[in-house]
Amino acid sequence: MSDDVRQPSLSTFPRLLMHHAKVRPGHPATREKYLGIWQTWNWSQVAEEVRALACGLAELGFKRGDNLAIIGDNRPRLYWSMYAAQCLGGVPVPMYQDAVAAEMIFVLQDAGIKFAIVEDQEQVDKLLENKAHCPELAHILYDDPRGLRHYNQPFLHGIDEVQEMGRIHNRNHPDFLDGEIENGRAEDVSVMLYTSGTTGKPKGVCMTQDAFIEAARVGCEFDKLGPEDNILSYLPMAWVGDHLFSFAQAAWGGFTINCPESGDTVMTDLREIGPSYYFAPPRVFENLLTQVMIRMEDAGALKRKMFHYFMGVARRCGAEILDGKPVGAGDRLLYALGNLLIYGPLKNVLGMSRIRVAYTAGAAIGPDLFRFYRSIGVNLKQLYGSTETCAAVCLQPDGQIKLDTVGPPAPGVEVKIADNGEVLVRGKVMLKEYYKRPDATAEVIDAQGYFHTGDAGFFDEDGHLKIIDRAKDVGKLANGAMFAPNYIENKLKFFPHIKEAVCFGHDRDRVCAFINIDMGAVGNWAERRNIAYSGYTDLAQKAEVYELIRECVEQANAELAHDAMLADSQVHRFLVLHKELDPDDDELTRTRKVRRGFIADKYGVLIDALYSGKTSQFIETEVKFEDGRKGKVSADLRIAEAKTCPAQASKKAA
Amino acid sequence: MSEGRQIGEVILDLKNISLRFGGVKALTDISFDVREHEIRAIIGPNGAGKSSMLNVINGVYRPQEGDIVFRGQHHRDMDTYEAAKAGIARTFQNIALFKGMTVLDNIMTGRNLKMKSNFLLDALYWGPAQREEIEHRKKVEEIIDFLEIQHIRKTPVGRLPYGLQKRVELGRALAAEPSILLLDEPMAGMNVEEKQDMCRFILDVNDQFGTTIVLIEHDMGVVMDISDRVVVLDYGKKIADGTPDAVRANQDVIDAYLGVAH
Repeated sequence: MSDDVRQPSLSTFPRLLMHHAKVRPGHPATREKYLGIWQTWNWSQVAEEVRALACGLAELGFKRGDNLAIIGDNRPRLYWSMYAAQCLGGVPVPMYQDAVAAEMIFVLQDAGIKFAIVEDQEQVDKLLENKAHCPELAHILYDDPRGLRHYNQPFLHGIDEVQEMGRIHNRNHPDFLDGEIENGRAEDVSVMLYTSGTTGKPKGVCMTQDAFIEAARVGCEFDKLGPEDNILSYLPMAWVGDHLFSFAQAAWGGFTINCPESGDTVMTDLREIGPSYYFAPPRVFENLLTQVMIRMEDAGALKRKMFHYFMGVARRCGAEILDGKPVGAGDRLLYALGNLLIYGPLKNVLGMSRIRVAYTAGAAIGPDLFRFYRSIGVNLKQLYGSTETCAAVCLQPDGQIKLDTVGPPAPGVEVKIADNGEVLVRGKVMLKEYYKRPDATAEVIDAQGYFHTGDAGFFDEDGHLKIIDRAKDVGKLANGAMFAPNYIENKLKFFPHIKEAVCFGHDRDRVCAFINIDMGAVGNWAERRNIAYSGYTDLAQKAEVYELIRECVEQANAELAHDAMLADSQVHRFLVLHKELDPDDDELTRTRKVRRGFIADKYGVLIDALYSGKTSQFIETEVKFEDGRKGKVSADLRIAEAKTCPAQASKKAA
Repeated sequence: MSEGRQIGEVILDLKNISLRFGGVKALTDISFDVREHEIRAIIGPNGAGKSSMLNVINGVYRPQEGDIVFRGQHHRDMDTYEAAKAGIARTFQNIALFKGMTVLDNIMTGRNLKMKSNFLLDALYWGPAQREEIEHRKKVEEIIDFLEIQHIRKTPVGRLPYGLQKRVELGRALAAEPSILLLDEPMAGMNVEEKQDMCRFILDVNDQFGTTIVLIEHDMGVVMDISDRVVVLDYGKKIADGTPDAVRANQDVIDAYLGVAH
């Protein structure tokens, strides 16, 4: 925030909200597209809405120390609910909205949820289904009344209705809420975010007001974010990234958050809003690029030629120009022309014309993918952090972008590498504790106050942190060579035809892999070649597709062969899975990270087949549909060999 | 939005309807009624006369015999324009949308009967015409929101998959704010998920707007799940009429669907 940095009176989010309402009452705070039109609420209106909601909640009995579950897509009123809970000294607990009912029980019970604010009928139904298991759940508030007219449970309330109660309450007790806000302390827990549970049960990560405000402040100052910035809020609210960018930083910097109309309209909404600040996990950037590439395949010959020519120019000098490094006049001229003809229009189509700063995190981004966006002039940077560290441990400063590191530690954060290679973090942005789990807390925070991230990494010569893999995933091949599965998988996943890869090799003599094809890209590729297929399973098993994937694997092998450390990790055998890995089947986390151990158990027969030299293997798998019903998919999977390259002496010690 | 769903009085009463095309008897002496706010299904094997029945209701076909009582008024036959004006809207078995127009424009055509301003004002987009246009657009956007098709509002209909086209057609029918909605096989050719979506939308329409719905459907599961009463036709004759459970147990119906051993 530019005007009055670090006032002690601004030590909590509700105070920040009231501050903005006073300092820039008319400035847009929240936008949402409804009925095809962007509706805007300014800071003063948001403050009023929050006041009404908070007073209404208080009227219903919500009090200091209570946890408020928030479940739904990114809706303005759900963001306001976070402020409302915090005003009263409660703790918002955003939950993943696409979780099936049974998955929610754990968090609802663990957090002792008495109040929930949800988006719509779908979420209400899930909570009603779980009500028997969560006797404490006393009130459910919903945003969208559609389909709920015949629900007459007395504990169901529309947000409007509660706000109306709140307004009356506020008229009768005008000082009540301000008093409550006054009572808020910087060391109060501001939010509880549940870990995605890559390993075991999710844990509630308690972050203090102070920690998130510090993370927001550092981020805003680092990238000079202020009230004039805009962000599209479309990532799950339960994810630390969204909480940092769409809530904490927006509250600190006073900038505008924009809620898309629906999950399907994000691309259009992005184009209309033209955010200046953008955040997406690598997967989204990957999907965008895949779409662009598919559409370029369909474009006319002239356009295709132009595109490829200028993308060549961009690859050569685009990233350097963005970093302000010296580039020859000829290349500069060509790049300017390319900007006029290709990069500019492309960025416009992607809704990225106005982006000043874009971040990606959550998983490693393919170097080529990263370079692509930077080369067309999108200032895409990486950051590193986790739920436990407000996603704010390392940030890449403008002009010092390296493809394979996540940048130096953020101001005020101390990072150290343990003897076993694990990254340790200490600073204000750290978690207070895991909710009701002193054992787990003690496990990750050591006596010196360092948080153990569980990631393996090292600092390069410039002091930038390089993350290789999860510390526990890094294993050894039978011959003792290092095996970093994530690293190999990321290499494979960069190919547009490969959506997901899972590598095995720990304690084995060689590396084998499961591959998920990208239905969009491979489907298009198949149609182009008149290869008929009936669905995912059928397409995945086509000999031509195996040939295509084999080329990708062999290319990845060739790259791996260049790196002395990883040359032994080349993929010898692979198979293409008959179904897409899916969070509903517990194969991916809700943040779409591969759950390696689970997959290894579930597909044990396939792994045995990979290592036994068989050429095919039958498998039947249970799949869960979105509504919780189950079905079965079965297929006879082929297993293919891939050529490996002899290890080359690493010429470029990168 | 009207009041809640409470099945009311008979709104449409068809008495002794017979329809012939030359020597072919499409419908023979069929009588049934439709009550306000109910979901009424017409089922039957292929060629039973289901679509003909719908066409009689909204005036596309004129029956040779019979009496149609709509809101207490007797008609020998219906007139398509009058039917539409009186609040009867429909969708078709084979999608009948303007393929080159966007979803939004297609649904807007459903507002046709509600548009009052004259050609000249429309052309100038001035005064009342502008206000009216905004009013209509709002209604259309509400329908788009209701049917969850925001992401395709500007997409030409011809480029959409079949299931979505069906949804757009429903949207266009809804745009007329009908009191009776005739749906001719709204779920034909859909996959399970699309069918579920469509069922939910039909139930929501019935529930939220109180719209009376007459639908033809082949999927027995769907019919039995969502309709209040079912009439069964076979070879142009009515063979059963009643609640889904009663119809399911009816021997004539079982014979018509499964065949009889000779």
